Amino acid sequence: MWIFAVIIGGLLYVIYLYNSVIRLKVKVKNAWSQIDIQLKRRHDLIPNLVNTVKGYAKHEKELFEAIAKYRSMSEKAQNIKEIGESEGMLTQAMKKLIALAENYPELKANENFLHLQEELVSTENKIAFARQFYNDMVMKYNTRIQTFPANIIANIFGFKESEFLLFPGERSNINVEF
Amino acid sequence: MDFYAIQEKNKRRTVILILIFAGLLAFLGYILDFYILYNRFPYMTILAIFIGSFQAILGYTVGDKMVLQSVGARKPNPNNLTEKQFINIVEELSIAAGIPTPKIYVMDDNSPNAFATGRDPNHASVCATTGLLKLMNREELQGVVAHELTHIRERDILTMTMVAALAGAIGILAAISRNLMRFGGVRRRRSRNSESGNIVIIIFTIYILFAILAPIIARILALAVSRSREYAADAGSAELTRNPLALASALRKIALSPPLRRVNHGVAHLFISEPYKKKIAEKDSLWANLWATHPPIQKRIALLEQMAHKYT
Repeated sequence: MWIFAVIIGGLLYVIYLYNSVIRLKVKVKNAWSQIDIQLKRRHDLIPNLVNTVKGYAKHEKELFEAIAKYRSMSEKAQNIKEIGESEGMLTQAMKKLIALAENYPELKANENFLHLQEELVSTENKIAFARQFYNDMVMKYNTRIQTFPANIIANIFGFKESEFLLFPGERSNINVEF
Repeated sequence: MDFYAIQEKNKRRTVILILIFAGLLAFLGYILDFYILYNRFPYMTILAIFIGSFQAILGYTVGDKMVLQSVGARKPNPNNLTEKQFINIVEELSIAAGIPTPKIYVMDDNSPNAFATGRDPNHASVCATTGLLKLMNREELQGVVAHELTHIRERDILTMTMVAALAGAIGILAAISRNLMRFGGVRRRRSRNSESGNIVIIIFTIYILFAILAPIIARILALAVSRSREYAADAGSAELTRNPLALASALRKIALSPPLRRVNHGVAHLFISEPYKKKIAEKDSLWANLWATHPPIQKRIALLEQMAHKYT
């Protein structure tokens, strides 16, 4: 009799462990979809913004070329590591683009540009916050499937570690700030 | 870890305060029943509990709409750059806080201020004055919005709405008993012939004091909740934006501005900064201290500046 109880108890525990890992995996997936939305928004904003700025700042050809290059690189990216590299470079370029307006007073007087600039600043912030949230979730998920006892379940069902979204120049072990 | 300890402590304090409110309500009804109206059945105690429950349910279900309507809040216009920026900032920081984007409102007033209301992160609203949107730069506005989103995330909004509703219930009951006083006075005169006349007079005096003081006690209790929560929301804002100095600078600007035009006392404690300012400052200082809805703004600024060392 008690053998049955132990078996059923053990099974319930395995189900509980499995579900707890799945729950975290779903959270990682949802966090990634938020990043995906924001990266798409950034890519949609770029052509409009670059066209507006081009009219005023003809000498910044290098910057515009770099933006176009990283944008197409990111769209061809196959995995999270490649996305991180191209989007990280794009983040740097966008910062320069936002700062550019300081050198062109006519640009700052352009109502259309001001709207685009606000959208870009907001999208950049959303990317940064969404990335922070995603990396926190990946950290939780990875820790869970590497530690006992969930690591046994992870091995049986073949759960793999999720990848952090890292931008160039960042170390791979992120410290969670609290 | 510190963060959660504060949250737990606040929760406990809120429960205690709500119990005190319930006790105040029941006591007010009880005195009415047995010392003023000489009822054999506790009609007034039951009425008090009924009004309290009704107000609490009202606060829970439509409290946010009542608050928003009372201040004349409207939807922001996305074609207006400053209002669009406000929408964007709320969306950004909702991602950071990991909550759904709350409903966004604007109220037309030149005095910079903001508040959050609702019951939980899924039923929440955040509202800013047009003055705030004009006066703050982007970082400062982020600090203020992050403060409000912290109120939402930690469910301060529910406590604040409930406490306001219960304080309102005590106000209603105190008004009813003041109106019944004439009636009670008749009873007192009738009973003067009996030996218990002196005791009745003493009880009657206590009652008058209580009927006058109850709404004031209720208000002070409500304000005590909101005061402690303001510090917590400032800390939460710093955690989300990693930029406590921006909120400090926003508070400094708010402190120097004129008061809001259209705010009733029932919603004052919801705002990020005490909305009456100079009107209160003109009054006697002890009185002003008792009625202050918020901690001293200079103290909040000093604490935020201390936090800045943590994030740099």
